[in-house]
Amino acid sequence: MSKLELVQTLTGHKGIVWNVSWHPQGKIFASCGEDKTIKLWSKEGQQWTIKTVLVDGHQRTIREVAWSPCGNYLASASFDATTAIWDKKSGQFECNAALEGHENEVKSVAWSPSGQLLATCGRDKSVWVWEVAGDDEYECESVLNAHHQDVKKVAWHPSLDILASASYDNSVKLYKEDPSDNDWSCIATLQSHESTVWSLTFDKTGERLATCSDDKTVKIWREYKPDNQEGVIVTDRESVWKCVCTLSGFHTRCIYDITWCHHTGLLATACGDDIIRIFKESETSDPNAPTFDLICTKLNAHTQDVNCVTWNPTGNKEMLSCSDDGEIKLWSYTE
Amino acid sequence: MISFFSKLSLNNSQKPPVELAKPAYMDKSATLQELGYRDENDLKETIYDFLRTIRDPEKPSTLEDLKVVYEEGIFVKEPTADKVPVLRVEYNPTVPHCSLATLIGLCIRIKIQRSIHHPVKLDIYIKKGAHTTEDEINKQINDKERIAAAMENPNLRNLVENCIADEE
Repeated sequence: MSKLELVQTLTGHKGIVWNVSWHPQGKIFASCGEDKTIKLWSKEGQQWTIKTVLVDGHQRTIREVAWSPCGNYLASASFDATTAIWDKKSGQFECNAALEGHENEVKSVAWSPSGQLLATCGRDKSVWVWEVAGDDEYECESVLNAHHQDVKKVAWHPSLDILASASYDNSVKLYKEDPSDNDWSCIATLQSHESTVWSLTFDKTGERLATCSDDKTVKIWREYKPDNQEGVIVTDRESVWKCVCTLSGFHTRCIYDITWCHHTGLLATACGDDIIRIFKESETSDPNAPTFDLICTKLNAHTQDVNCVTWNPTGNKEMLSCSDDGEIKLWSYTE
Repeated sequence: MISFFSKLSLNNSQKPPVELAKPAYMDKSATLQELGYRDENDLKETIYDFLRTIRDPEKPSTLEDLKVVYEEGIFVKEPTADKVPVLRVEYNPTVPHCSLATLIGLCIRIKIQRSIHHPVKLDIYIKKGAHTTEDEINKQINDKERIAAAMENPNLRNLVENCIADEE
């Protein structure tokens, strides 16, 4: 019988906790929210405790935090229109770079798998790609204006420099750099959701994407490469992404986040009905029309909306969640 | 359409004056009766009482005077699986091109959130057909991230605070 067991409830933030992010080694995590602080947590004995609080980096809500793949840098995106980069080269965490350019709220930040690129997005409808140009130096490589509304989330493909973004305009877009002229452009638009797409997550291969929306559904999209065996028509030698599965009837309010575990293949969602749900792909799932079963429903996971869920990157089946109720919870999943 | 959410000015560095106030939470398994309501109707009336005194952003009248809010516009929907009450609040802007419709929606949400002392899920909508851009406004005033950001904009926050402040 699969279940999600509460390991610890972590308090310390005041007001909404918007996001939690595991360090790549899975032994530290960062959290952020309405109180404009970033807290770094690690385990002391059996208990997770606050090790460091990063203050004065931002003047408004901190919406998202992201660790670089090497684990040495932490990026934070804020409603104050800036993205801060923190590191502890001096021995303690300090903000050593601020990325400015968005007109207003920055809503998401993500490092590419190589750690050489950063993406940010915000209410000004744009997605920015930044290059790590040197010590504490970041250069804007591209400003992508493909969406026509607020961009809610950016996420990178797990191994390639392909970027995905989710928007208030109900669509998801994918981007990559054209090696001939070093220009970034939109290579695919994924349209099927009927309201804001709040988040997205790639599977471990990067050939599938799961998206979640205010329309209360989760959608699974599959990449069909040029000359695919299924005979899906591909033009311009660019892959085509098709929605191959829609999970509807499970969530009762807006779905704010989704996380795909690269070890177990389990999908988990954070929902505005305060519930965390876990889905597992059926053994007999057809790659062109996959089926997923709801294997766990954690009622009352939080006392208010769940804003974020994230699997521990080491694959130990630990999961973090955070909520409008000001709490962070650490869970352990068992089959 | 004038959108209050699209005019965020970031050069105002005025510090927010108050602590982040949050209601005290009660046990989510509590029934309406345990939360202190006689029945659904009592919950509706309580919500209406919060809303009727909100002042119009431009006129010296309340939303009740202007019939922007009305008791029949409050619906108690089926609760969530966790038994959290779900409320739908409908309002009727005075004119179909009312440029303040978004601000009024924001006031309604903030007033209820501040006044109610137990978890509740809110869906706020313009009365069908009552505004030329109702779909756009409905989407904005039900996007909690946009609301959170709007309430960090000092000018917008002041407007809301003035509209929802209790009468002396």
